[in-house]
Amino acid sequence: MELILPFLIGILFSASLYLILHRHFFKLILGLILFGLATNLFLFVIGRLTRGGSAIIGQDERVATEPFADPVPQALLLTAIVIGFGIQAFAIVLIKRVYQSFGTTDLDDMNTTDQIEEKH
Amino acid sequence: MFLAILAGFLLAFAAPMLYRWLGKWVYVPMALLPLSIFIYLLTLAPAVLGGNNLGEVQQWAPSLNINLHFFLDGLSLLFALLITGFGTLIMIYAGGYLKGHPLLGRFYLYLTLFMTAMLGLVLAGNIISLFIFWELTSISSYLLIGFGHDKETSRSSALQALLVTGLGGLALMAGLILVGMAGETYTLSELLERGHVVTQHALYLPALVLILLGAFTKSAQFPFHFWLPNAMAAPTPVSAYLHSATMVKAGVYLLARLTPVMGGTDEWQYTLMLIGGITTILGALLATQHVDLKAILAYTTISALGLLVTMTGIGTAPALEAMVVFLLAHALYKGTFFLVAGNVDHATGTRDLTQLTGLSGSMRFTAIAALLAGMSMAGLLPFFGFIGKELVYEATLEESPFRWMLFAVSFFSGMVFVAVAIAIGYGVFWRRAVKATPLQHPDKAMLYLPPVILASTGLVFGLLPGFFVTPLLRRAAEAMLGVEQVFELALWHGFNLVLGLSLLTVALGYVVYRFSNRLLSYANRFNGIYRLGPANLYQLSLKGFLAGATKITAAIQNGYLRSYIAAIITAHIALIVLSLWKDGPRLELTNRLQELSQLRMYEVVLLLMIVPALIFLFKSRSRLTSIAVMGIIGYSMALFYILFGAPDVAATQLLIETLTVVIFVLILHKLPAFRYLSHASERYKYVLLSLAFGAMMTYVILIVKQYPLDSQLKAYYGENSYLLGQGRNIVNVILVDFRALDTLGEIVVLAVAAIGILAMLKLRMQKGDKP
Repeated sequence: MELILPFLIGILFSASLYLILHRHFFKLILGLILFGLATNLFLFVIGRLTRGGSAIIGQDERVATEPFADPVPQALLLTAIVIGFGIQAFAIVLIKRVYQSFGTTDLDDMNTTDQIEEKH
Repeated sequence: MFLAILAGFLLAFAAPMLYRWLGKWVYVPMALLPLSIFIYLLTLAPAVLGGNNLGEVQQWAPSLNINLHFFLDGLSLLFALLITGFGTLIMIYAGGYLKGHPLLGRFYLYLTLFMTAMLGLVLAGNIISLFIFWELTSISSYLLIGFGHDKETSRSSALQALLVTGLGGLALMAGLILVGMAGETYTLSELLERGHVVTQHALYLPALVLILLGAFTKSAQFPFHFWLPNAMAAPTPVSAYLHSATMVKAGVYLLARLTPVMGGTDEWQYTLMLIGGITTILGALLATQHVDLKAILAYTTISALGLLVTMTGIGTAPALEAMVVFLLAHALYKGTFFLVAGNVDHATGTRDLTQLTGLSGSMRFTAIAALLAGMSMAGLLPFFGFIGKELVYEATLEESPFRWMLFAVSFFSGMVFVAVAIAIGYGVFWRRAVKATPLQHPDKAMLYLPPVILASTGLVFGLLPGFFVTPLLRRAAEAMLGVEQVFELALWHGFNLVLGLSLLTVALGYVVYRFSNRLLSYANRFNGIYRLGPANLYQLSLKGFLAGATKITAAIQNGYLRSYIAAIITAHIALIVLSLWKDGPRLELTNRLQELSQLRMYEVVLLLMIVPALIFLFKSRSRLTSIAVMGIIGYSMALFYILFGAPDVAATQLLIETLTVVIFVLILHKLPAFRYLSHASERYKYVLLSLAFGAMMTYVILIVKQYPLDSQLKAYYGENSYLLGQGRNIVNVILVDFRALDTLGEIVVLAVAAIGILAMLKLRMQKGDKP
């Protein structure tokens, strides 16, 4: 598994980036969500995998005994997942508003504020 | 000296307030400042004239060895006295010239700022602080030229002056740093003694080119001369002070200052003589092609600056003596002339030479000042200008391969100077006219006193050259030569070749004056040449620069999100590949292959769920299916977390995934159907980029996992979670106890996102709002 997961993460990153590079707003959001998932998995795998031991101290113990999973990446992940959800929810509502207001979900139709005028 | 500079800056910024309190009397405190500095400098003068250089060190950041050095020798003293003395008169004059102007306070701010910066420039004892003051003069000059900012020409002239001198300033900074590297010190007094080291250094030539660029732009030397006539858009006091007497001489000052450090080489000598010579001739020639008083004065100023540069380039003792004498003489008579031109403009409303006659009756004192200055400019006895011109002729006629060429240059400019002097000093005021130009405002004391004082100074210096002037100029020349000089100024040298040539200059100058109308009629014929001139080149490059900047901005900031992202990702990949390529660790996979055998069945099942789901995601044309597929991927992730000992993460992932799907379904059912919007050709590019990115991330993880993880955090939290945090679930304890503040921050982020969502949902487009 240690050897397979990096490849899985690479596939997830590729897929998500490809979705992000689409012109369609909806695909962009799908890409963002997928990118978040890939990043979370990346963090988790970088922090080393532990089989058969969670980061919980047993009922009759006072300190954790090996093997137990590294709690630091898990704490990071929890935070990342929740904040990622905030961004997703915001993006989903944003796409709805954009479609209501402009009648389009094509990102190329929404670039006027970012372009300089060629002639004054 | 430090206090003088500080007081200048303080008073400058107090000027607008003082104007509000004092009204038209604001000129009193503004003039008192340069006057008191002038007097203070005079008290220092005896020591300097005795041959002692004064230094002063103001500790700034002593731990970094950055100090404010001030340095006063003959050369600095000459300039400092010129700046403050002239400054006093200008402050008074400006009070009269811009009387009642609503922005007079601001004008005084700029003017005092400039004066202080200029004073700092000539007193600086460190080439870095010299550069800073140099830039300050450029900026204050920009503000002063653009003072009449409601006019288009003022603005563009100001910008032009700033761009040209600012460009030179940048070059100068680089040059000074190179000099500092070559001489291994940035302190002026130390640098002055290491000239032989600097000139032998490999960095000498680049440093020289850069410094000359700075000096030439500032002192309006060919081919950068064009900004100076345009700078005449400034109010006349500014033209007189900055663009004739002081700021444009900063370049000359720099050359003079660095003569002991960088001078004496062939490159130095020939460049200065060549550029100075061309500028002298060009300025004189162009001066005959104009009728605007200030334009004529501007071009003769260019010519005079060229002559000063030429003299510096010759570099012999007589040439440097001539240089300092001519510099002082020029400042006196040209300053006077500018003030006179301002008076005429103020009183009659025109500066056109052809329309001005017979003003001596109505503007008596201005006329006298003009006459005195004219005689000094023409180099007549017994004026200071006469001594200057004699010395210039003597210096050019010294034995050298270029003696006749140099003499021709100075003779030509001398001739034009005579013609201009007659035209302004005599023609405008004293020539008998049928009908004198009528006055709109009477001449005022505040306006005519400063030029009268300046012009009479020229006379006094001419009559009494031995008194104060000679020792001062001698020390100034010594500062450039680096050795003691015996140097006598005398009005009368007896009948000799130089006197004869002087007389010839005056005679020919008179001829030029008589035929000036004829010369003017040729003006149009040069238009073709002007089109190729540097002024036009400047306009073209400015336009090209703006167009280029627009193009680049349009290319970089094109508004397409995916090209931004592609750029970020590409840079990311490039940086990582670069750092891993060079001496990064090599990937060793062979001995890790046996890890594959530990693969469990249920892990394979999960993989078999995710990969086909991804493929399905790309195939799907329906929004609802893709949302469902995303849900599958998310849940599979959660299962992974459970398998590897992270039940809390898995629980959160499950919850969030469910919520996301619910929100999606609630909101997105109103959206239009899926479409492929990108072109097939573009897609290939992005597929490649995505694959490269994924491959890189895989590679990074594999590399990282080759090494053991060295973290003490796991052990720490494992030991202390229950003992300190009283909790058995370590992850929970970290979140709510050890790192509780971070969790608070996370909650705040969620709250902000919620507020944003609420605002978006409540937002209603107003009528007329454009998408």
